Amino acid sequence: MATTLTSRRTAAHQKSERGTEESPVIKWSLIVLALAFCAIFLLLPLANVFVQALSKGWDFYWASLTHEDSWAAIRLTLIVAAIAVPLNVLFGLAAAWAIAKFKFRGKSILITLIDLPFSVSPVVAGLMFVVLFGLQGFFGPWLDAHNIKIIFAVPGIVLATVFITFPFVARELIPVMQATGTEQEQAALTLGASGWQTFWHVTLPSVKWGLLYGIILCNARAMGEFGAVSVVSGHITGHTDTMPLRVDKLYNQYDTAGAFAVASLLALLALFTLAIKTFLEWKQSHAFAKAQQELAPAAAERDARLWKADNETIRIYKEKGHG
Amino acid sequence: MTQKRFSALPGFGLTMGFTLFYLSALVLIPFAALVIRACEISWADFWRLATSDRALASYRVTFGASLVAAVANAAFGTLLSWVLVRYEFLGRRWIDAMIDFPFALPTAVAGLTLASLFAPNGWLGRFLVPLGVEGAYTWLGIVIALIFVGLPFVVRTLQPVLQNLEREVEEVAATLGAGRLRTFVKVVAPSLAPSVLTGFALAFARAIGEYGSIVFISGNKQFKTEIAPYLIYIRLEEWDYTGAVALAVVLLVFSFLLLGAINLLEQWSSHFEH
Repeated sequence: MATTLTSRRTAAHQKSERGTEESPVIKWSLIVLALAFCAIFLLLPLANVFVQALSKGWDFYWASLTHEDSWAAIRLTLIVAAIAVPLNVLFGLAAAWAIAKFKFRGKSILITLIDLPFSVSPVVAGLMFVVLFGLQGFFGPWLDAHNIKIIFAVPGIVLATVFITFPFVARELIPVMQATGTEQEQAALTLGASGWQTFWHVTLPSVKWGLLYGIILCNARAMGEFGAVSVVSGHITGHTDTMPLRVDKLYNQYDTAGAFAVASLLALLALFTLAIKTFLEWKQSHAFAKAQQELAPAAAERDARLWKADNETIRIYKEKGHG
Repeated sequence: MTQKRFSALPGFGLTMGFTLFYLSALVLIPFAALVIRACEISWADFWRLATSDRALASYRVTFGASLVAAVANAAFGTLLSWVLVRYEFLGRRWIDAMIDFPFALPTAVAGLTLASLFAPNGWLGRFLVPLGVEGAYTWLGIVIALIFVGLPFVVRTLQPVLQNLEREVEEVAATLGAGRLRTFVKVVAPSLAPSVLTGFALAFARAIGEYGSIVFISGNKQFKTEIAPYLIYIRLEEWDYTGAVALAVVLLVFSFLLLGAINLLEQWSSHFEH
């Protein structure tokens, strides 16, 4: 059923294109304008990072990266991401399980609250933790009396990073888990699997690409966060500077090539993230197309019902299906 | 254990408990701390801090530049999604993948490289500065940074809608004698409008809070290119928590109003999709 529908639609598309195409002049002007915009706002900034980083030669580049303080910044960035990302993955899995597999009151409020960090300015996010743990903050005096440092120290940086990257994994997983439904898990449980076994062998494999997608985005943001981390870090060279803060510091010391050298690592991270993301979207759209072709009518009907039931899922699949 | 009667799956109590605990510890309590701090400020003090000349100037810069950038994003975003969905050309897939680059690139790097591009000796600045277009350490620089940061929003909101648009409708318009421009304005544009507006609002909301990319390119000159988040940062550096909190409340209230508007817009545009 689905197949005939698709083929009919594509045929219609091909036919209808005749009356609805722009003239070649307009078409190519639009393409050239779009390409020019992309060149100025996407390609030039990217190329500039690497050219500036290498403007003083490979030796200088290497020396900038292996400088003691830059090295400390790289290490700190990796440590912070290594703590923040797994925490948010754990949260994302728990939240998605509770939200996607069960019905309860206040679900939409919970989803809104999970998305909250996305609508808060990074500086305000940092400020929240300063108000909580700073010297003049709620727990400041107590922490000071017990000699525990959170603000202007690594714990504050981790907290700010967790806050900023909070929604990424959950937000990717919820629609994917909703789309897979609960039939498979119920079957596994009926056949005698324990809850954990069901989760590990049934749920996790079915959401693995969505999970990876979330992790990649979460990690990119965790390593690249500037505003929130800048507020809580205290900028102690060699101790609380992450890579973006190190870039800022070098730039303010007029070591532009040095700043770009550290920035080039972050740009590579961005390219890597983009590559994985594109690969995952490609994989998903292929799986989606294949599933549509293979689906038996009954399954297709169930699928349609599921999709209608969940508007958000439809939107996400459309985005990914054609991405 | 807590087994809900409508679902036979286990683990609701555990996962829900952890979700609520984690959400409270990392988001709700810090948020509440800020709100409590804000409530401790008297009205008179709040008004004085939130509407000082410097604060008002920073709102003007933040909201003005964000608005201009979001309008530019709406225009170029529509162009890009149209070209990416409707036309086939060499490198289309690469461009499509690159659209998300601003999401993936750390904002500090974006600010750094844009400032260097538009500086008088930069790749673009060396041509633009003699023409009087100064993109680095100016108000225009803020707009440039915000256009970069907000670029994906309109494209990614509009693309799926454009893909699902029935081309038959356009064909009907053409058959009935409408020219291509008329068809676009009367038939295509109205069904794209809600999504463009949603993308615009998303880009605008992101621009209001943006910090990392701007501080590199704006020059942070008081009353001229100082954005509200930067002023919050300055207040904190001066150990003026109260001043920082007052400004943060203004930004937060605005963000939430915008969030509400975006939710309404999304409901409206989902009506259009059916």
